[in-house]
Amino acid sequence: MLRYQNVFTQVQLRGPIENGPAIRTGSFVRGRSAHFNYWAGKLGAAQIGPIYLGKLGLASLVCAFLAFEIIGLNMWASVNWDPIQFVRQLPWLALEPPGPEWGFTPFVPLAQGGWWQMAGFFMTAALLLWWLRTFRRARALGLGNHVAWAFGAGIFLILTLGFIRPLLMGSWAEAVPFGIFPHLDWTAAFSIRYGNLFYNPFHCLSIVFLYGSTLLFAMHGATVLATARYGAERELEQITDRGTAFERGMLFWRWTMGFNATAESIHRWAWWFAILCPITGGIGILLTGTVVDNWYLWAVINQFAADYPSTGVLDPAALPGGAL
Amino acid sequence: MSRLVTLSVGAVAALAIAGCEPGAKVSTQTGFRGAGLNQINDVSNIKAAVAIPAEAYPLPPDGGPTAGQTYQNVQVLRNVSTERFNHLMAQMNLWVVPANAPAEQAGCNYCHNPANMASDEKYTKVVARRMLQMTQNINSRWSSHVKQTGVTCYTCHRGNAVPAAVWARADNTSADPDTIRGNKRGQNTPDPNVGYASLPSDVFGPYFAGQAADEIRVASARALPSPDHAVSIKTAEASYGLMMHLSSALGVNCTYCHNSQSFRAWNLSTAQRATAYYGIRMVRDTNQSYIESLTSVFPAYRKGPHGDPYKVNCTTCHQGVSKPLGGVSMIAQAPALRGPGGAPAPAEAGPNAGAAVPAAFNQPGTLTGRNEPAPIPGRQ
Repeated sequence: MLRYQNVFTQVQLRGPIENGPAIRTGSFVRGRSAHFNYWAGKLGAAQIGPIYLGKLGLASLVCAFLAFEIIGLNMWASVNWDPIQFVRQLPWLALEPPGPEWGFTPFVPLAQGGWWQMAGFFMTAALLLWWLRTFRRARALGLGNHVAWAFGAGIFLILTLGFIRPLLMGSWAEAVPFGIFPHLDWTAAFSIRYGNLFYNPFHCLSIVFLYGSTLLFAMHGATVLATARYGAERELEQITDRGTAFERGMLFWRWTMGFNATAESIHRWAWWFAILCPITGGIGILLTGTVVDNWYLWAVINQFAADYPSTGVLDPAALPGGAL
Repeated sequence: MSRLVTLSVGAVAALAIAGCEPGAKVSTQTGFRGAGLNQINDVSNIKAAVAIPAEAYPLPPDGGPTAGQTYQNVQVLRNVSTERFNHLMAQMNLWVVPANAPAEQAGCNYCHNPANMASDEKYTKVVARRMLQMTQNINSRWSSHVKQTGVTCYTCHRGNAVPAAVWARADNTSADPDTIRGNKRGQNTPDPNVGYASLPSDVFGPYFAGQAADEIRVASARALPSPDHAVSIKTAEASYGLMMHLSSALGVNCTYCHNSQSFRAWNLSTAQRATAYYGIRMVRDTNQSYIESLTSVFPAYRKGPHGDPYKVNCTTCHQGVSKPLGGVSMIAQAPALRGPGGAPAPAEAGPNAGAAVPAAFNQPGTLTGRNEPAPIPGRQ
């Protein structure tokens, strides 16, 4: 039982190091060192390396490091460079975007949000460079670009939150702070400010695709593991040449819920659910404050909000002498 | 190996459960079904009620010469009968003067010069006079918040010269905006004022002494954007921080006042929200009109680090419970504190507001499990 219901990989291969195909001349040279690691093999492939970093990868890592350092050093400075307080208060610490008084000024003084702009710039650069790297590496290996487009969907949501929507609203203060609790409190304040984001239909769609992704992931992972003893690891071959593993898996779902995916379609479903989660979410964010200011009232107008009976409580500010 | 896995899974599960609060809870629906409007009462964890101190001596009957005729330099309680004036002075001794005060400050000497009781030479007497006016103002003008329960000195002081929960201008408001060193922009600190969230923690200055009370409503009154409603998310965070203070000061959660479907909509809120609305404005009136006027009276050691006097917030009276002192009224012990004007104005929360008070809210002792006695029937 444990063999199939364990998070750790049960089979590790050992043999000569797999070096991959030769790289065409002129490109960045791939590293030479590679080795097996038993514990890495518990989670994935045991072979680590050789790594192809490349110009894009290096540039991306440098940018990511700069963003990370700017955020971390700003947080550390905010506790007067006290290492103990830095560790103790880390979940609360933040690098905040410029205040509303700055509007969408391109270069805000460093201490008043300029560091945030710089960290955001380097984080964005790191993401875009890494995106280009996934695109180019996929091309180099003769793959489709599914990974790059999926990663791009996530980058779209990040850029929407931190750049595109602040640009449309004309205020950096609309952007998300860097920080563990601060970005969560921002999320709650965002929903309160815009009248309950749960009434944003694109937020609803995003949740559907988020939860749907986990459901599909669980169903697919479970099916493949459950049919592994019949050769389900050759799942892509079974798209065109169905073997007993996928026949049994499909039969299981057809019996259970009357309908089943195929070895091909389950991967298309999973991919689309995953990328539609940030895309619909990003659209919902883009519409908030720009097109709709109070989602609850918008849902009332469009007969989308549940209509609960009034409690009979009136706004004191609307009563005579109420604005005391 | 598998035993190790089982053990570690068991240990993690036990740790996770250790974060839960044991004991029976009673969940009561307090609003329309399906909206999460539930009051969860911690019935197995009701702590002992805070003791209401006995009167110094029974309240004497009204009548006879007034304090203004009997004593010199009586400015606020001039028209109160001498007997009741003396009774109130004795009560104030019990309620405000620390029991362990040194001899020269014990009892009447805390405010008075024993050789000349009429003298205003001690600052405490000047403060006490202003506090009497403040209490009368709260009981007469702010019955929308304190209802008929009213407040006395004891509601806040509880035997302390300075109430336990007070605030002065926050330290973090003085940070130089041009440096990042030691500058948290007034937030991102585990601060109990905002329930240990990373929200802006200086909520008292703007909302309870300034004019920001009019900026609490951050959501728009209209579905679509309009140029006259440009409110930053930063303002929403500050408003959220204030609400965290209200929540921890009263020991209640959001749905005590709000329906989370729309925090803004009054027709979905409970009547408690209107009470809180007046409470916020009462606190601001108290700070601005009564306490700040004493800035030059207080000695430096009675003021905050920035030289402003210590002011009140929701915790000053509530001290963690939805009704201070569990809703017990002590005003009958000091009728002079009711102030001028006779019958107070009725509460303003709309014609059907009374029907909107869920029965589960009338058991403050089980709301929070903190120092509250049993509910008193008919009191609100």
